[in-house]
Amino acid sequence: MTEVERHNYDVVVIGAGGAGLRAAIEARERGLRTAVVCKSLFGKAHTVMAEGGCAASMGNVNSNDNWQVHFRDTMRGGKFLNNWRMAELHAKEAPDRVWELETYGALFDRTPDGKISQRNFGGHTYPRLAHVGDRTGLELIRTMQQKIVSLQQEDYAETGDYEAKLKVFAECTITELLTDDSSGAISGAFGYWRESGRFVLFEAPAVVMATGGIGKSFKVTSNSWEYTGDGHALALRAGATLINMEFVQFHPTGMVWPPSVKGILVTEGVRGDGGVLKNSEGKRFMFDYVPDVFKGQYAETPEEADRWYTDQENNRRTPDLLPRDEVARAINSEVKEGRGSPHGGVFLDIASRMSAEEIKRRLPSMYHQFKELADVDITKEPMEVGPTCHYVMGGIEVDPDSAQSVVPGLFAAGECSGGMHGSNRLGGNSLSDLLVFGRRAGQGAADYVAGLDRRPVVLQSDVDAAARMALLPFDPPESGEPENPYTLHQDLQQTMNDLVGIIRKADEIEQALERLAELKTRMRRVVVEGHRQYNPGWHLAIDLRNMFMVSEAVAKAALMRTESRGGHTRDDYPQLDAEWRKTLLVCSATDDDELVPGIKVERKEQEPMRQDLFELFDVEELSKYYTEEELAAHPDYQSLAAKGNAEAGKEEA
Amino acid sequence: MSYIGQFRVWRGDSNGGSLEDFEVEVNEGEVILDVIHRLQATQAPDLAVRWNCKAGKCGSCSAEINGKPRLMCMTRMSTFSEGETITITPMRAFTVVRDLVTDVSYNYEKARQVPSFQPPEGLAPGEYRMQQVDVERSQEFRKCIECFLCQNTCHVVRDHEENKPAFSGPRFLMRIAELEMHPLDTADRRDMAQDEHGLGYCNITKCCTEVCPEGIHITDNALIPMKERVAGRRYDPVVWLGNKLFRRNRS
Ligand SMILES: Cc1cc2nc3c(=O)[nH]c(=O)nc-3n(C[C@H](O)[C@H](O)[C@H](O)COP(=O)(O)OP(=O)(O)OC[C@H]3O[C@@H](n4cnc5c(N)ncnc54)[C@H](O)[C@@H]3O)c2cc1C
Ligand code: SF4
Ligand code: SF4
Ligand code: FES
Repeated sequence: MTEVERHNYDVVVIGAGGAGLRAAIEARERGLRTAVVCKSLFGKAHTVMAEGGCAASMGNVNSNDNWQVHFRDTMRGGKFLNNWRMAELHAKEAPDRVWELETYGALFDRTPDGKISQRNFGGHTYPRLAHVGDRTGLELIRTMQQKIVSLQQEDYAETGDYEAKLKVFAECTITELLTDDSSGAISGAFGYWRESGRFVLFEAPAVVMATGGIGKSFKVTSNSWEYTGDGHALALRAGATLINMEFVQFHPTGMVWPPSVKGILVTEGVRGDGGVLKNSEGKRFMFDYVPDVFKGQYAETPEEADRWYTDQENNRRTPDLLPRDEVARAINSEVKEGRGSPHGGVFLDIASRMSAEEIKRRLPSMYHQFKELADVDITKEPMEVGPTCHYVMGGIEVDPDSAQSVVPGLFAAGECSGGMHGSNRLGGNSLSDLLVFGRRAGQGAADYVAGLDRRPVVLQSDVDAAARMALLPFDPPESGEPENPYTLHQDLQQTMNDLVGIIRKADEIEQALERLAELKTRMRRVVVEGHRQYNPGWHLAIDLRNMFMVSEAVAKAALMRTESRGGHTRDDYPQLDAEWRKTLLVCSATDDDELVPGIKVERKEQEPMRQDLFELFDVEELSKYYTEEELAAHPDYQSLAAKGNAEAGKEEA
Repeated sequence: MSYIGQFRVWRGDSNGGSLEDFEVEVNEGEVILDVIHRLQATQAPDLAVRWNCKAGKCGSCSAEINGKPRLMCMTRMSTFSEGETITITPMRAFTVVRDLVTDVSYNYEKARQVPSFQPPEGLAPGEYRMQQVDVERSQEFRKCIECFLCQNTCHVVRDHEENKPAFSGPRFLMRIAELEMHPLDTADRRDMAQDEHGLGYCNITKCCTEVCPEGIHITDNALIPMKERVAGRRYDPVVWLGNKLFRRNRS
């Protein structure tokens, strides 16, 4: 029998980023005994790196903003593949969630009349992002971290124990979810302390997954070592489904030089505040890349674009602020066509557009980052930037209202959940997503636990199996070359970067799948040196299992989707296809392989948008995305059809 | 442009350890953390180190480089000469867990002892109004990435483990200042700063400010004003009286 430390909770939140912390606050406020488990120290989760801001239609800067406008922007950004109910809840609830943070002590930047200031960002019609300079994520994390402390102080006052109802288990990695044998419902989570390597078991009827993204499967990424897709893979192994895995966001502006910082993010706030993209000829090339679906919504000349920064009523926004997928593809083409910067990116110029003081005040961490890491003074010179793997739209399939997955007791929120952002996420919509759905997941878990008449049971055999899987890398196989986990990881990253990256083709994806299969066989031979105490080699070996599953899900779904949409660009199928708009690709695990189960992908029809939401859009705009059949439900469809016929008639004449 | 650099890295755990010599490739533009990662990938796969963002944003990768408290991800190799041996050791004020990883739980305990933000009663969410100039003072302190380098550097605890129970360190004295300067906070933490968090131990040497990677003026903007507020409260009879009356009115 495996030696494990045991804990009993009502809900275990896996992840201490924005989503996890918000879920934990909610669960604790609902009276549940709550544990928060995270791989890093408390307060270091990925959310800390978010720079630009948190989208919420508070209308503080432009009073025309409201949830409907935000909803429409979100759906457009995701090319109408989004789960519309999630997008609706998100747009409606984001302002309350941001205001709530002020009651926890957050200090956002202010407008002249003392409200929360809001900035422009790609794809958002109005200035909408609540921010603190360019360190908004830090403010979110710290605020919620401090809120958790304040709840613990309440518990201390009452019970003499800070951790009576809410405890953080930092530097503790969950490697497996456990389910009840008879009902298939969640019964607990198994993991290890990074410090000692000792095993730990949480017995709990509800788990909220809030583990973030998958970027570490790619070579060039803005993501940290934590982003190994654990939540995605653990959920798969517990019987949950993932959707939208083919959609991976490449942020258009990552650093490209020096090599060691390649991929580190340059916030979109640079462009939101006036920075522009230029090629090696000094041309503002984005004007050449406004796609048909956005024609008419963006400025057509640099003059108009520049006027827009100060007068948004009478001018259209700059195409530098198109949704990220469009900008990333544009940069990719410029570089391919030989108009790139010396280190294979393009130029992002803020120096010539703003005073040095202004830049340092508005973008202090960007100034710092370039100065310290690249010897570039962004108040004097342009930055060199290029696409970097940034965010995964795909994730655990959940019920929009309760955040519950198909596995009873398993909830998910934040980047590891899927649906909200469709095929492409707008900047700033993640931080708000974390707050809205973090809270909903906490609520969902509380309701679920309240409704249980029996606690699901953890099987000792499952615990033993999880321990055995975790220890495999210490137990070298009898034959075959031993594998170094670091080398295997690099090979995986190279494969995904080269073959399932920003621009994809069928034969390349097939090649990637072959390589993945090959790499998977090497996975069995991974051997780690040393012992279990704080051993990064071992930790990586465990994370690799998850990266392989997630990578296979991305590649298989990418192969199946024969169209280009948002964060999925197929060179061999460059167009949007209305039939694909209503189709979701659902990934689940097969049980062929205990170490790294395979992935099965199935099509599923997307639920049609509720009529009142559907009617928020102009039928003409919808016609760029929807099938004729679907459009017929729109009240203005007849007039559109008539116009179409008239035009067709004209052409013939 | 690549060269082989000489490194001495402390390896061991709470039972002891020693500096080990390594030769590692160094490429253009790299930082110390890149070298540590290369060391892990090629020679010492179990070398323990904390890091996350690799961009000076999360405050995980604190260590001492040639004896200077620094973030490994923000220390560029170009600041050293090629022939120089670079020594990397864990933060000294905290117990070692393993290699470059230290036990920083002291900081989380201290954080928990600072009473949280207390909003004014009856102010609904969405109704908060504050001027930019008024939030800026606290905002400076909220830039803190909790790297704990200042905590590690302050002489009050650096070599005086025995002071830890009575002294919360610059980071958390600054947290108290941040709340005190929050335009809408209603609690009073001045006595507590002195009596429970050891503000009096600080003799404004500014060593904490010097190592702060965020460039926060910890001493000038947080600690000294905090000392002034405490002094004002203790010795100013008007403040004293005002407080007494205010308390009486409330109860
Ligand atoms: C550089 C950068 C800038 C960004 N800027 C913005 C922005 O301006 N606006 C915006 O809206 N979005 C932004 N994003 C995106 C946004 O920050 C992330 O999508 C979001 O923070 C994810 O939050 P989360 O709560 O889902 O997960 P995270 O904050 O990533 O937290 C994940 C947590 O899960 C834990 N975890 C993972 N696996 C395990 C495991 N196996 N066991 C235990 N714990 C585990 C981790 O330790 C961590 O605590 C940015 C992203 C990056 C990388
Ligand atoms: S200024 Fe005060 S807190 Fe800072 S290092 Fe000196 S004594 Fe310590
Ligand atoms: S105040 Fe500065 S040195 Fe101290 S923990 Fe914060 S960021 Fe680090
Ligand atoms: S890794 Fe985040 S500060 Fe160094």
